[in-house]
Amino acid sequence: MSDVIALHFDVDGEDFTRAGEASYGVKRTLKQLGINPEAVRKVAIALFEGEINMVIHADGGVIDIEIDNNQIKMILKDKGPGIPDIEKAMQEGFSTASDDVRSLGFGAGMGLPNMKKYTDSMEIQTELGVGTTVTMVVNL
Amino acid sequence: MTVKDIISILDADLISGEDLDREIHTACGSDMMSDVLAFVKDQSVLLTGLVNPQVVRTADMMDMVCIVFVRGKEPGEDIIELAQERNIVLIKTGYRMFTACGLLYENGLRGGCQKK
Repeated sequence: MSDVIALHFDVDGEDFTRAGEASYGVKRTLKQLGINPEAVRKVAIALFEGEINMVIHADGGVIDIEIDNNQIKMILKDKGPGIPDIEKAMQEGFSTASDDVRSLGFGAGMGLPNMKKYTDSMEIQTELGVGTTVTMVVNL
Repeated sequence: MTVKDIISILDADLISGEDLDREIHTACGSDMMSDVLAFVKDQSVLLTGLVNPQVVRTADMMDMVCIVFVRGKEPGEDIIELAQERNIVLIKTGYRMFTACGLLYENGLRGGCQKK
């Protein structure tokens, strides 16, 4: 594979039970491309957590994926409320999710820590009232 | 241990899925999906009391083979369809979480991750 492969997904913020469809699409594409299973799983988990976050906190957003020979780059962009304190948000167990979300098995405060754990780099750009962009890279 | 063995040990009912001879290496019991996502294991079974489509999506992201719903919980049609599409076997047992995990552990299945 010599070219960059780009994928784009719109994440619907309306329906939490459908959150994860974009991650599924990406995972399937990576498998079809013959990317090694370990990298596929890392991308799938990090992206799934990110997608869930977008739906829980930001009413959806857009996901762009760029795949080349060396890396898989994931850019998750939302127009949500922004993250007031990134350091706090990165702590395991810290969450601002609603009880509704918790009753569905999420909101344990493990989303961002898991995303960092499974990727080789993660960068968060956020502005209160404007939105958040999370850029993650998994090296191949 | 295979999916078939798990059905027998847990006195469980098969809800959907066909490939019951698939080998299971490790297990994870949790109602918190982010905890499930925190530890990568190989060819796992997920035991959970949670019944919603995100359980199937979580298991799929982890390449899990089988989901056991404990306490006799019944997944809806939407969950069953999603599991079939993702090739994940669904079973249910009347045992509660602690007992179901204990029975599988007693029969040699392990968690597959180190103490944190």
